Amino acid sequence: MMSSSPAVSVRDLLVERGGRPVLHGVTFEAPRGSVVGLLGPSGCGKTTLMRCLVGVQTVKGGAVSVLGEPAGSPGLRRRVGYSTQSPAVYADLSVGENLRYFASVLGAPRGDADRVVEEVGLGRHRDQIAATLSGGQLSRANLAVALLGAPELLVLDEPTVGLDPVLRQELWELFRELAERGATLVVSSHVMDEAGRTDRLLLMREGRVLSDSTPASLRASTGADDLEEAFLQVISQRAGSPT
Amino acid sequence: MSLTITLATMRRILAQLRHDHRTLGLLIGVPSLLMILLRYVFDRPGAFDRVGPMLLGLFPFVIMFIVTSVGTLRERTGGTLERLMTMPLGKLDLLLGYALAFGLVALAQVGVVLAISLTWLGLDLNGSVGSLVLVAVLDALLGMALGLFASAFARTEFQAVQFMPAFVLPQALLCGLIMPRGQMAGWLEAVSDVLPLSYAVDAMQEVSREPGFTGALARDVGIIAGCTLLALVLGAATLRRRTG
Repeated sequence: MMSSSPAVSVRDLLVERGGRPVLHGVTFEAPRGSVVGLLGPSGCGKTTLMRCLVGVQTVKGGAVSVLGEPAGSPGLRRRVGYSTQSPAVYADLSVGENLRYFASVLGAPRGDADRVVEEVGLGRHRDQIAATLSGGQLSRANLAVALLGAPELLVLDEPTVGLDPVLRQELWELFRELAERGATLVVSSHVMDEAGRTDRLLLMREGRVLSDSTPASLRASTGADDLEEAFLQVISQRAGSPT
Repeated sequence: MSLTITLATMRRILAQLRHDHRTLGLLIGVPSLLMILLRYVFDRPGAFDRVGPMLLGLFPFVIMFIVTSVGTLRERTGGTLERLMTMPLGKLDLLLGYALAFGLVALAQVGVVLAISLTWLGLDLNGSVGSLVLVAVLDALLGMALGLFASAFARTEFQAVQFMPAFVLPQALLCGLIMPRGQMAGWLEAVSDVLPLSYAVDAMQEVSREPGFTGALARDVGIIAGCTLLALVLGAATLRRRTG
């Protein structure tokens, strides 16, 4: 397999949910070893797009290729890590029990559960029952499951929601470290100050990609220093153009 | 399918139960209590000997139906099922993991109720204890498999709990527990012929009457096992990797 091919390639992706179009022909690529940010307001289709990448979303049209295979292929199930926005862990098990179970489903090496629990900074809460964790701790436990087995692609839906600024910074440092080790990350957020930490930035609104660039070129093209301001500029440019 | 994943799933479900002392207590305690009540309601050894074994088949069926339908609904709504579907877990791994875990729980449940019934309550059994345990555990697995299937049609835990009376009570009325099936109206008997619980109760009656492993008992055991497999296959069809 060529390592230069993109980790994720999405072409003209069309998704309907409940008879209503949610994604209207989304196209983008994520280069290997990069951190791609998906930004946009709640309800803009970020989660649906991420569900397409991991192959759990019924798709109406278009093509989604992940690590050189169609999304959702059996061969990808060990190579892609996914964490949903609302934590998907067993509330009645301890953090360690959760991680050990998912590690054995993935066939991850022994000791992987201990590695990821330290990476997300939950070492002291290893034996705590998930239901008794705080919201931020629970979302880190959820993230830890996605890190099991050192996947080549990580699809993380709002991994930093509800975390204090120090923890957010630590997690973004972890994401950067994972990318330097060769993993590709697709991370969604609705917090604009996180956008500056990505390599590529996709701005989404109402099921469409408004802008696909780097944070630096987005600032340059809009003349806005602040990315929130840049996002608003992009929206008003789109609204003004006769398409 | 993979043995490692199936066994890991079984251990995970048992660990969940281990943390939940109250559920575990109810699983073991309630059937025992009901059996004791039944013994003193009848207060005649002959009647208890006749009805007791039938209820020994009914309790694990009902309880496993509820526990599994709510348990799998929680996996569906809590997102853990979707997470597992992105991982190299086969649908069969999950179903067999549930079957093994709840099969073991059923074994413990039946063991305790049977021990109390045979000693303290003086239940007199013509058949072997082994066949009775076999039928009771199969009934539990049938309840589990139907619960798994039923959970696919529930959106909330409220609905899942309502499925118990909807799926189970008609079967309990028609299975021969209240009125022998042969004495019911023809059309009711025909309905009861296609309901799996009828064969569960039939098998228990056979065990309480006949000393050996009779042909009728073998037929009942085969039908219960077949219905369990069918419900598991239908349940597997309701687990989808891709959803809207």
